[in-house]
Amino acid sequence: MKQISDRFFGIVGLAVSALMVWRASLIQESFIQDPLGPKAFPVVIAAIMALASIAIILRPDEEPDWPVPGKLVEIGASMIVLIAYAQFLPEAGFVISTALAGAYLAWRLGSRPLEACVAGVVISIGIYLVFKKTLGLSLAGGPLDFVIDYPVDLMVSGIAAAYHSLTGSGGQ
Amino acid sequence: MDSLQSLADGFAIALTWQNLGLALIGCFLGTIIGALPGLGPSNGVAILIPLAFSLGLPATPALILLTSVYYGAMYGGRISSILLNIPGDEPALMTTLDGYPMARKGQAGEALAISGIASFVGAFFATWGLVFLAPQLVKVALLFGPAEYFALFTLAFATLGGIASRNQAKAAFAAALGLAIAMIGVDGQTGVPRFTFGEVHFYDGIDFLVAIVGLFALSEVFIFLEHGGKGDAKGETKVKLGRITPPASMLRETSGSMARGTLLGFIAGVLPGAGASLGSFIAYSFEKRLKDRNGTFGKGDPRGVAAPEAGNNAAAGGALVPMLALGVPGSGTTAVLLAMLLALNITPGPLLFQNNPDVVWGLIAALFIGNFMLLAMNIPMVGLFVRLLLIPPRYLMPAVAMISFVGIYGISGSTFDLMVMIAFGVGGWVLRKLDVPLVPVIMGVLLGDQMEKNLRRALTISDGDISTLFASPLSIGLWTLAIVGFILPLIVGRYFRPKLADTAKNEPNIGD
Repeated sequence: MKQISDRFFGIVGLAVSALMVWRASLIQESFIQDPLGPKAFPVVIAAIMALASIAIILRPDEEPDWPVPGKLVEIGASMIVLIAYAQFLPEAGFVISTALAGAYLAWRLGSRPLEACVAGVVISIGIYLVFKKTLGLSLAGGPLDFVIDYPVDLMVSGIAAAYHSLTGSGGQ
Repeated sequence: MDSLQSLADGFAIALTWQNLGLALIGCFLGTIIGALPGLGPSNGVAILIPLAFSLGLPATPALILLTSVYYGAMYGGRISSILLNIPGDEPALMTTLDGYPMARKGQAGEALAISGIASFVGAFFATWGLVFLAPQLVKVALLFGPAEYFALFTLAFATLGGIASRNQAKAAFAAALGLAIAMIGVDGQTGVPRFTFGEVHFYDGIDFLVAIVGLFALSEVFIFLEHGGKGDAKGETKVKLGRITPPASMLRETSGSMARGTLLGFIAGVLPGAGASLGSFIAYSFEKRLKDRNGTFGKGDPRGVAAPEAGNNAAAGGALVPMLALGVPGSGTTAVLLAMLLALNITPGPLLFQNNPDVVWGLIAALFIGNFMLLAMNIPMVGLFVRLLLIPPRYLMPAVAMISFVGIYGISGSTFDLMVMIAFGVGGWVLRKLDVPLVPVIMGVLLGDQMEKNLRRALTISDGDISTLFASPLSIGLWTLAIVGFILPLIVGRYFRPKLADTAKNEPNIGD
């Protein structure tokens, strides 16, 4: 049987719409009430979804080019890396976690391992400099931040001092 | 004349150093985003929204920044279309048909210049269209009650599917999915939680910025991972730039194409749900049917470059009309812009023109200024962007992924939101594989709340009488359009869509 993806997709869609109707029936009515109530609209949406799913099952499209299993593993692994990134971000801090995750993605997208490490570090420090130091966005702090902060702050204060001495002497 | 007076006030707002600077940055970033294959206006703007938001920019500057990116991306998309035969973004697809052959004939510079001028013409006149049409639409919009708004939202969803997708059922499914996601959270009318599965984080609902960045930006990263860092398109050949000023004869020859492209593109942009891809498609096919006597189209005819570029830029301006005047976006990117306005607690629609005229007219004035900046960037300085095209995706896409995370984390500081974003990224990848369009999903997430609110408001006013939804001539008209808009593509699509599908092969189904 061809076109199995779309048929399967339609069945999943039907299941989701059934789930919606079931969960909607569990919604507790509040003492504040309007004529329609909180249940009706979700049920209508679920009905539309069910109709669309049935149409997809009856008239499926051609099979999409699913990636070979190896590539599926690839995508799954990247997903896990990104989940791990989200989990460790608050503890490990922005600079370290971003460098690691960026390097992993660069490597999987076809860079050589050494290039990938450099890319990760450059991306991480680049974003840190632009977003935190220039734009003042709050990123997750971490133990290595001072390594970047210190020279940057030194440079900024150096430039500021030079600027002040120049304008100061210029004014006199 | 009212409009001109307001426009003058708008220029007073736009001409501050901050706003000019933001417009310049936006145009520059936008051109880069448009030029880089794999990044289009909708995911480009999506990545930058959280940034504008967490920088604490007020509404006008934030909107100026992001619409400059939007306009810029429309200009930039043509660069890689012409030089590499890879559309930089979806609307620039039609530009490859004649742009790349021109480049191979050694006319890359001319092609870039002509398309740059066509982009300018399209965007410039569309912005004038916005000035005059949007206030008129606002007058109509004041006649809208809850029942009419509900019908209008239905119309937007119904027409969206027919054009955005090759399969009507999948577009309907996508819209229902988006609306269902919008239901998650505490019901605004009665205060009861819905579809939260007992998870406290869901009580606030799903932040549409999280959904947008996940669906648009992260899913792109997964597509690249799948193809081992190559993206959807292939084939790179180095092309020489040549001269970057077009000969006067070529300008004269293409001026008619630009005018027709602008008009058609603008109309396509104003229609809800159609957007810039349709604008450039219609402009190109109309031009080809009208002018292709010697069979030069597709072999490097400058008119085949001018028409679609004028068309997609005009559509970009046109799509802002319903977004600002009615609060109903005309395309994927304007949906994203709408999300940002909502996040800044500004509700687009007729009241926007009354309560925040500074936002509307400041924005429009900034668009005029941005257009001139873009013209300057895209003709004399085009070499700069050509060089940027050489960044390989294996470095670019990790940066895109990381910036997406930074943006979302910067708003909420919540790991939970990051997890939801990853879920949307993977979900978006699966939907794209299955050829389910993503734009209706986003529209559903964005508009679901408004749509339900208007429905329930209408029924509260009528005390539960359903017939109130079809009571006024206006709502009957909207319902009729919605039904026609949904059914017509099923019939006409047999003629129209094979062609679109043919040219749109390999296209990420992301909209513009």
